[in-house]
Amino acid sequence: MTEQISLGMPQLPAPGYPADVRARLEEDARAIVARYPDSRSALLPMLHLVQSEEGHVTRTGMAFCADVLGLTTAEVTAVATFYTMYRRKPSGDYQVGVCTNTLCAVMGGDAIFEELKEHLGVGNNETTEDGKVTLEHIECNAACDFAPVVMVNWEFFDNQTPESAKKMVDDLRAGRTVEPTRGAPLCTFKETARILAGFPDERPGAVEATGGAGPASLVGLRLAKGEQPHRRIVHPRGETSGQEGE
Amino acid sequence: MTLATEINNGSSSPEKLLAPVLSAFWDQPDSWTLETYERHEGYRGLRKALAMSPDDLIAYVKESGLRGRGGAGFPTGMKWQFIPQGDGKPHYLVVNADESEPGTCKDIPLLFANPHSLIEGIVIACYAIRSSHAFIYLRGEVVPVLRRLHEAVREAYAAGYLGRNVLGSGLDLELTVHAGAGAYICGEETALLDSLEGRRGQPRLRPPFPAVAGLYACPTVVNNVESIASVPAILNKGKDWFTSMGSEKSPGFTLYSLSGHVASPGQYEAPLGITLRQLLDMSGGMRPGHRLKFWTPGGSSTPMFTDEHLDVPLDYEGVGAAGSMLGTKALQCFDETTCVVRAVTRWTEFYAHESCGKCTPCREGTYWLVQLLRDIEAGKGETSDLDKLNDIADNINGKSFCALGDGAASPIFSSLKYFREEYEQHITGKGCPFDPAKSTAWADNHKEVTA
Repeated sequence: MTEQISLGMPQLPAPGYPADVRARLEEDARAIVARYPDSRSALLPMLHLVQSEEGHVTRTGMAFCADVLGLTTAEVTAVATFYTMYRRKPSGDYQVGVCTNTLCAVMGGDAIFEELKEHLGVGNNETTEDGKVTLEHIECNAACDFAPVVMVNWEFFDNQTPESAKKMVDDLRAGRTVEPTRGAPLCTFKETARILAGFPDERPGAVEATGGAGPASLVGLRLAKGEQPHRRIVHPRGETSGQEGE
Repeated sequence: MTLATEINNGSSSPEKLLAPVLSAFWDQPDSWTLETYERHEGYRGLRKALAMSPDDLIAYVKESGLRGRGGAGFPTGMKWQFIPQGDGKPHYLVVNADESEPGTCKDIPLLFANPHSLIEGIVIACYAIRSSHAFIYLRGEVVPVLRRLHEAVREAYAAGYLGRNVLGSGLDLELTVHAGAGAYICGEETALLDSLEGRRGQPRLRPPFPAVAGLYACPTVVNNVESIASVPAILNKGKDWFTSMGSEKSPGFTLYSLSGHVASPGQYEAPLGITLRQLLDMSGGMRPGHRLKFWTPGGSSTPMFTDEHLDVPLDYEGVGAAGSMLGTKALQCFDETTCVVRAVTRWTEFYAHESCGKCTPCREGTYWLVQLLRDIEAGKGETSDLDKLNDIADNINGKSFCALGDGAASPIFSSLKYFREEYEQHITGKGCPFDPAKSTAWADNHKEVTA
């Protein structure tokens, strides 16, 4: 079928948003632009904003950004395609990202990613048939002391195993409430994108959810306060140690 | 190092070796709120700063010896001093919260548990450099932290620490929280500025440096989160208190992030100059039954160390003298079950993925490194590939605009230096001799059997 073959020919201009959607997004865009001395700085948050409307960055969304900011669509496209958080095709409500950078990979991230692919029947950057879960592998997410780490809609799921990760995606697909180890109860990818556009999460309890620092963040403090026994178990070179416990 | 050994034998008491300052009240309920922060002497440093003249304040921070905690270790006060005064242009402070260096995990927990320490530091810094608009460039992939920053900024405006005429000082200050969109390169300060201007995050050629032509071509200070968050305590408790910790050239406290095959991964705040041996001794060492094989002192871009380097003082000079860099103090520890070729291959794939594509040596070099490394890991390499790896890394190192290329070369050079035999084993044995299942966090948990 010839229509399957992309010749890279220029496309017709993208259709615009319906008037009511455009009016609503224009108001949000004004709030974003007002944060910056120069309007072009609003482009990254605005791409998050159009992603919150449609779940991915569409040609319509990019044309909207260009129009509002006085840029060409080429300028907007160049930016949208540079950053990995902007999705370029329709995707699921929940983006499940398994860290497979070296430390998490070694600690089990590779195994988790492989088992999730098999369990969900999808490959990297693919979505389950029910439209719920998009699986991808991600780079280091600054939580190495909680390895292996899985991010769902950019909330932290720390110290994962293949079993915990499989149960979590099952719960997501079944519509059960899923709570991260650090972060707020999951909202959809679109709702997350709106927070990323700079609009605070208005859900009651979202800011304080899961409390203060995670357990690994506190180990040094607890040692310094004498709240954890001073342990000497295994020397770094593996010599046997006579001193256990205190 | 006999001296270090003596000190180690003398005391490895965590109460004496650790110094929680930024992390001091992370265990308190609602640690992220303004109320908790104020109860722990929050915003007192700001009041002291506002009583000084901006120039005196810059001199004070300079005299404290605080050095950048984002990797390079440049003196923070000196960065502030470079901002030309009376030039009639707006000045900007941009906080680099794009923490993405593999292994680095200090700013994210800091901002999650104690965001006001950063905000207080921002107000102090803006008063010093005469800036009325600051930005926090937070990587986008950490929404829980973004929520707390939104809330902390709202609280700070409501309490009069931000906005018009801060605490009656005459300082007007706007603070914008800006979420990135997924690009490691935006942690490089000039790429970050381009990104904040709404462009692709590609590093700029320097000079001009950001202090002269930064955000919107105006004088700009770009500082790491931890650097700025350390300033309020210096003002509140005094520079003498600060310099009483660490060494003469690396004074103060800092967050060390222990991760990997250790018994107690996590954050350890200590005076600069503590050793990995001391940190491991107090925290339970490696995971039971295993020994340290290799580690990074400051993220994947800093040349790796082995168990020969356990007593290297973890400060800027100590790590430098041992052939690496302090970087972000991201101590990723790998035990004897870990294949170094696998580790380096994965890091190199990361650099290839994150190379912005601007400079040819980095864009092309990282691509070819990945091809060679994948072949070697799969047992399809040749002995001559090892020299080729070294040669390509040499053609990247120092030959691109920014440090991403240098970072990509570091794991190659250092792993070939310490573990060349292991590469050769992959080539002569036509495969990887390691079992990845033995490296996982659950490998020694015999109750759990995975398919």
